[in-house]
Amino acid sequence: MCLAVPGKVLDIEERDGTRMATVDFGGVVKEVCLEYVPDLKVGEYAIVHVGFALQRLDEESARQTLALFEELGLLQEEFGDPWEAAAAQGGQQAVPGADGAPAAAVGTTAREARQ
Amino acid sequence: MKYIDEFQDPELARRLLDDIHAMATRPWALMEVCGGQTHTIIRHGIDQLLPEKVELIHGPGCPVCVTPLEVIDKALEIAARPDVIFCSFGDMLRVPGTDRDLFRVRSEGGDVRVVYSPLDALKTAQQNPDREVVFFGIGFETTAPPNAMTVYQARKLGIRNFSLLVSHVRVPPAIEAIMTSPSCRVQAFLAAGHVCSVMGTAEYPALAERFQVPIVVTGFEPLDILEGIRRTVGQLERGEHTVDNAYPRAVRAEGNPAAQAMLADVFEVTDRSWRGIGTIPASGWRLSERYREYDAEHRFSVENITTREPAACRSGEVLQGLLKPHECEAFGTTCTPRTPLGATMVSSEGACAAYYLYRRLGTTPTPQEASPVA
Ligand code: SF4
Repeated sequence: MCLAVPGKVLDIEERDGTRMATVDFGGVVKEVCLEYVPDLKVGEYAIVHVGFALQRLDEESARQTLALFEELGLLQEEFGDPWEAAAAQGGQQAVPGADGAPAAAVGTTAREARQ
Repeated sequence: MKYIDEFQDPELARRLLDDIHAMATRPWALMEVCGGQTHTIIRHGIDQLLPEKVELIHGPGCPVCVTPLEVIDKALEIAARPDVIFCSFGDMLRVPGTDRDLFRVRSEGGDVRVVYSPLDALKTAQQNPDREVVFFGIGFETTAPPNAMTVYQARKLGIRNFSLLVSHVRVPPAIEAIMTSPSCRVQAFLAAGHVCSVMGTAEYPALAERFQVPIVVTGFEPLDILEGIRRTVGQLERGEHTVDNAYPRAVRAEGNPAAQAMLADVFEVTDRSWRGIGTIPASGWRLSERYREYDAEHRFSVENITTREPAACRSGEVLQGLLKPHECEAFGTTCTPRTPLGATMVSSEGACAAYYLYRRLGTTPTPQEASPVA
């Protein structure tokens, strides 16, 4: 949960009076709030934690970190299906929940997204 | 040096390690505060690559691990209510409460949902105006600003069916508690990089001075950690105790002022109890008076909770660096990630989980095996 992942800003829009962006994390695309780094521009990189950009990052170190995280399986850990993960950890079957398919709620996994 | 080829830049890793080996003339004990750093250290065997004189002590910086049992039990009770949609980060699902966990609450019919961001929970509240949506707000200074912003947004948008179950914690008072403990062996700190991305380094010089300890802001990747250790050992050998930033690409001295301003508006500092450790004065945040109506504890009555910690679990000592996980008798026998007794065995940042996943067989796992969730 403490992992902050570098991502690249794809586009920016104002929503409900809040500056939001779509951000690419090595293939996984997520909505990110830019209120804490308001001058971030399209094409720039930031470290992102639980859907919020926290600091701008230069491209070179962002790329290096992303490559490393991917290699270590950390992107899968961050963006994969948490219910399946919890079930596997506990040696149980994931129960389909009231929110339907949890995998859809968190988007495609890092591995799928690369294919 | 075994494992070293697995570093992203083995040549640089070797140079940093050679430096550390050449520098260390006396025994030193360094604490890495953050659980994410603990996992990097154990996963890459960094502690085994260091000179024997340099010992790494694992700190209390795993937010999942330090969330008090009482708060977990409150979460479980709120999550089981039929009128509630309970939203949480994925790593809270299997943290044991007194007699069940969120995963179990969901299989018993509770509407528990995992979100990537607290803003997703707020969206859920907008989409379900007839339900109460509660978000489990745990974490250190890195996670508190996103949660603060979400509550601020809820108020701005007039969303009333949203609340936060808050258990936020702050690092500097924990450092103070560790240093004033009679059994403390820590001589220097590797400070948690992303906490400092938000808070900057302003709180640290007073601590470095008062306890005469070097504090080196350190990142999370293997090379970041080696660089943090190199600078720390350098200071110790020279008899210095200053605040140094070994993670400048993500940390500025002033931190993130916009995030700090939001924290000051939405939260106020409070005493917090840390699971396994006890109450540390001024070590946490709660919602400030202005935002009290967004406090789940205020909204739902969850006062009469009786908690029961498993007697065998020594995670309090593990979290304070007094005991290594494998020294706990339950480790790997009655306590495994499948049957965890303490949160430190469950959390993806917990020290017990790190030892279980990467150390049990005395080998370094492949990246696939290494994913704690795979
Ligand atoms: S190994 Fe298990 S029982 Fe022992 S301290 Fe860690 S979590 Fe607690």
